[in-house]
Amino acid sequence: MIESLLTGVDWPQIGMASWDTLIMVGVSLFFSVLLGLPAGVLLFLTGKGQLLEQPVAYAILSFVVNVLRSIPFIILLIVMIPVTVMLIGTSLGVAGAIPPLVAGGAPFFARLVETSMREVDRGIIEATRAMGASVRQVIFGALLPEALPGLIAGITVTAITLVSYAAMSGVVGGGGLGDLAIRYGYQRFQTDVMIITVSLLVVFVQLLQMLGDRLVLYFSHR
Amino acid sequence: MIELIDVEKSYVVDGRAVPALKPTRLEIANGEVFGIVGHSGAGKSTLVRLINRLEAPSGGRVVIDGEDVTGYGDEDLRAFRRKVGMIFQHFNLLFSKTVADNIAFPMKLAGIYSRAEIRERVDELLQRVGLTDQARKYPAQLSGGQKQRVGIARALACRPSILLCDEATSALDPQTTQSVLRLLADINRELNLTIVLITHEMDVVRRVCDRVAVMDAGEVVESGPVTDVFLHPQHTTSREFVFESEQVDEDEMQEDFARARGRILRLTFQGESTYEPLLGSVARESGVDFSILSGRIDRIKETPYGQLTLSLVGGDLNAALAALDRADVHVEVLR
Ligand SMILES: Nc1ncnc2c1ncn2[C@@H]1O[C@H](COP(=O)(O)OP(=O)(O)OP(=O)(O)O)[C@@H](O)[C@H]1O
Ligand SMILES: [Mg+2]
Repeated sequence: MIESLLTGVDWPQIGMASWDTLIMVGVSLFFSVLLGLPAGVLLFLTGKGQLLEQPVAYAILSFVVNVLRSIPFIILLIVMIPVTVMLIGTSLGVAGAIPPLVAGGAPFFARLVETSMREVDRGIIEATRAMGASVRQVIFGALLPEALPGLIAGITVTAITLVSYAAMSGVVGGGGLGDLAIRYGYQRFQTDVMIITVSLLVVFVQLLQMLGDRLVLYFSHR
Repeated sequence: MIELIDVEKSYVVDGRAVPALKPTRLEIANGEVFGIVGHSGAGKSTLVRLINRLEAPSGGRVVIDGEDVTGYGDEDLRAFRRKVGMIFQHFNLLFSKTVADNIAFPMKLAGIYSRAEIRERVDELLQRVGLTDQARKYPAQLSGGQKQRVGIARALACRPSILLCDEATSALDPQTTQSVLRLLADINRELNLTIVLITHEMDVVRRVCDRVAVMDAGEVVESGPVTDVFLHPQHTTSREFVFESEQVDEDEMQEDFARARGRILRLTFQGESTYEPLLGSVARESGVDFSILSGRIDRIKETPYGQLTLSLVGGDLNAALAALDRADVHVEVLR
């Protein structure tokens, strides 16, 4: 029974798709952090009562982040198509999925960065300033190291969000496990493929969360 | 010397300027331990934060060792702050750094010390505050008293000439408070460091301060040598603080007075006269009879003092007062 169920499964294809998902999540996570981290730090610093309080800059940045975050990802995938084509020539496959993933991941991570920086005790910032630190030194010497466990937790949440976003990108022709689930599991009624892909995604998310929790624990000295 | 020349500070709240510190003039000599007491919201932190320019004054000038620091630009200000250490009620240590790295932090920020210099200085400071074997621990693994010692070591790292303490012992138990105060007193003596110490406990002032300013509602309402302010407080706020630290209940005291007969005097002895067997001889000479309503012997920093409240009946009161005066006893006639 089980054997007959699994005969139609193309294992090498599933392996390829898993790899693609890994690449999509990995690359988009990298760029989400690359863009989201400075954006989040800026959000924090320009916020009310902070070191570089700057209401106009904060309002603009916050607005952009909110807009990107309020668009449902499935819509963002479609809206981003022309931008993606402009950036990398195609909106299909693994590469084509990266720009919308970053557009969804970076603002998400930026907010998490802002929140984790707000959790750093103001007294620590004040003590650092009292030692004669410049703004740059306060950021790199105190804020980022103190917020590190929170930042790692934020990266973990972002990575997991990107796993589900990456799966969704299968709908508009992105690669990976989501693509497989939709083409075989949904359109051709191959329930076994559906179950395998979903199981793989679950395992992937579990592993990410475990790794994230470990790292947070390792870097947290509270 | 720290000179605050008509400094003031107001915060803008809802578009209105609210004064946190009214124009204040204050001088703190080099090597002095200067206490600032006052109730919550009196403006103590504001005053101290003006000294290292964590707050910019709304008016007036801050002059340190003859140099006006009020108009300092960013670079000058940062160099100046290295010469002013600061410790805090909640220690404000970095959780992400070990004890040794916390102490090294201000030196690293300064960017003018070699690695070897930093290591040597950190070892020296660890030893100074008695935490050599805790060097590799993180602040979360230390007790409150140990954390404050790290705070002190960190504040001393760049060899400042001024140390600001904002309620540095308020989060500590009495015994730990004692040992931290002793450390501060030692540092003051050995390094000739000027210490400005905020507290809401008159007892802390009594133990370590040379002079004290009492603040109330954004103003310094009384200031002077601790012996004066402590033994003869003038302003209501000062009296409150002194009474509270001596656990004197004003109502109970009035009740005692009401039940006592005759005149009521408060005698204050200072220094060696504290130990003189004076009362008996005065009573014999003047023929007055006395009963003791309250009394205490204690120390202000190193000076012993005694304070006695007596009720006197019969005899020659003027002769008694004259004899006390000859013996250098300060007498207040309370009734
Ligand atoms: N950033 C600020 N914005 C507005 N008002 C402030 C600010 N900081 C202090 N104040 C006000 O200034 C006054 C003095 O505050 P300050 O912190 O100097 O008091 P404090 O004597 O140190 O009190 P505590 O013993 O509670 O620390 C208070 O009324 C306070 O509400
Ligand atoms: Mg305060």
